[in-house]
Amino acid sequence: MATAAEKEGVVLLDFWVSAFGQRCRIALAEKGVGYEYKEENILSDKSPLLLKMNPVHKKIPVLIHHGKPICESLIIVQYIDEVWSHNPLLPSNPYERAKARFWADFVDKKVAECGTRLWKLKGEAQGEAKKDMIEILKLLEGELGDKKYFGGETFGFVDVALAPFTAWFYTYETCGKFSIEKECPKLAAWAKRCKERETVSKSVHDPHKVHEYVRKLQKKYGVE
Amino acid sequence: MASGGEVKLFGMWASPAVRRVEWALKIKGIEYEYIEEDLSNKSTSLLEYNPINKQVPVLLHKGKPIVESLVMIEYIDEVWNHNPILPEDPYERTKARFWATYSEGKCRDAVGKVYFTEGEEKENAIKYLEDIVRVLDEELKGKRFFGGENIGFSDLVLGWMAFWLPVAEEVASFEVLDSEKFPWFASWTDNFLQVPVIKENLPPRDKTVEFFQNYRQQRLAA
Repeated sequence: MATAAEKEGVVLLDFWVSAFGQRCRIALAEKGVGYEYKEENILSDKSPLLLKMNPVHKKIPVLIHHGKPICESLIIVQYIDEVWSHNPLLPSNPYERAKARFWADFVDKKVAECGTRLWKLKGEAQGEAKKDMIEILKLLEGELGDKKYFGGETFGFVDVALAPFTAWFYTYETCGKFSIEKECPKLAAWAKRCKERETVSKSVHDPHKVHEYVRKLQKKYGVE
Repeated sequence: MASGGEVKLFGMWASPAVRRVEWALKIKGIEYEYIEEDLSNKSTSLLEYNPINKQVPVLLHKGKPIVESLVMIEYIDEVWNHNPILPEDPYERTKARFWATYSEGKCRDAVGKVYFTEGEEKENAIKYLEDIVRVLDEELKGKRFFGGENIGFSDLVLGWMAFWLPVAEEVASFEVLDSEKFPWFASWTDNFLQVPVIKENLPPRDKTVEFFQNYRQQRLAA
């Protein structure tokens, strides 16, 4: 008998700690779509399947639906939203959709890159990264305002884009020696609400595990 | 068709990101008011409508701003849905968006690196850019445009390479667009520039070369 995953024909190539992969897991969970999860060890050799499915970038996440690959996490999330159109993640109004796409793109361009600088660099460069990260988070908090989620009353596209990074907040705070709760209390409250959401808590890892992983990387790169 | 008052576009004549939004507006036959920005002296309007990036292009529709050229084109496509730019099929849409993202990530980075480096660094940057063009050449195999028989989202977003990459080659003295090495890409650039909406909406070549020569000199001196 075919499993739910086999019936839907959905496979996700992913890496356990990847925030980008977690966006896809959260989106699939929000839609109640069964899928087969395949762990790729991106720190060693890439599997023939990954190389075949994403020959251009050779990166996870890759969603494979009925044998056809989709790459880039935000493109995957939009695809999931379009194919399984109940519980929509993007708003129906075109202007609101444009805003959501802008902010998801903002998260993409700014948060991960700055976060990497924060844990990978030292001294003045790290100080710059800390300043930049606080500014980025404050801008996001400005957009969130007093809303429950970025999507308003409902968990939406921007929430999916940013939620996995909440597991990295502890790492950012520890490396940068600052408190997100102090700097951005509304964003911190939003992060707590995300954690209480089953689709997020089941997809995202414990912040201390993330920090442990980053410490391993820091050792590998000789960052003290 | 939208009246001139409803749609405004803040732009800069030499910017490829601005031009691609104009192509989208023209494909849809949308009337708009164009406002040229002096980027060394940005208007208060621009800063008000795009406080985060403070950049062009900015699209105003009924007074509401939309920022980021890719987001703008999707917005235009959704509000005016004749002459569709994105495909209807969700899987085809992912492919269109994939190549758009590739343009704004790897392609732009690669060209930027060649522009602003010298010596061995520049030689490596040229090799990297060739790899990028090779990927695009392979994707175009058997196709007239990225969108198939007609131009689509990927073509509009990647379209800067058809005009601004040859400009870069002239400004920074290098050659990557080899029609023997990359025949499909070379055909695509020719075909794309012949599409009436594109052909009639390009900046003047000489002025553009001069602009980027100055820009490059300033950046290299810094």
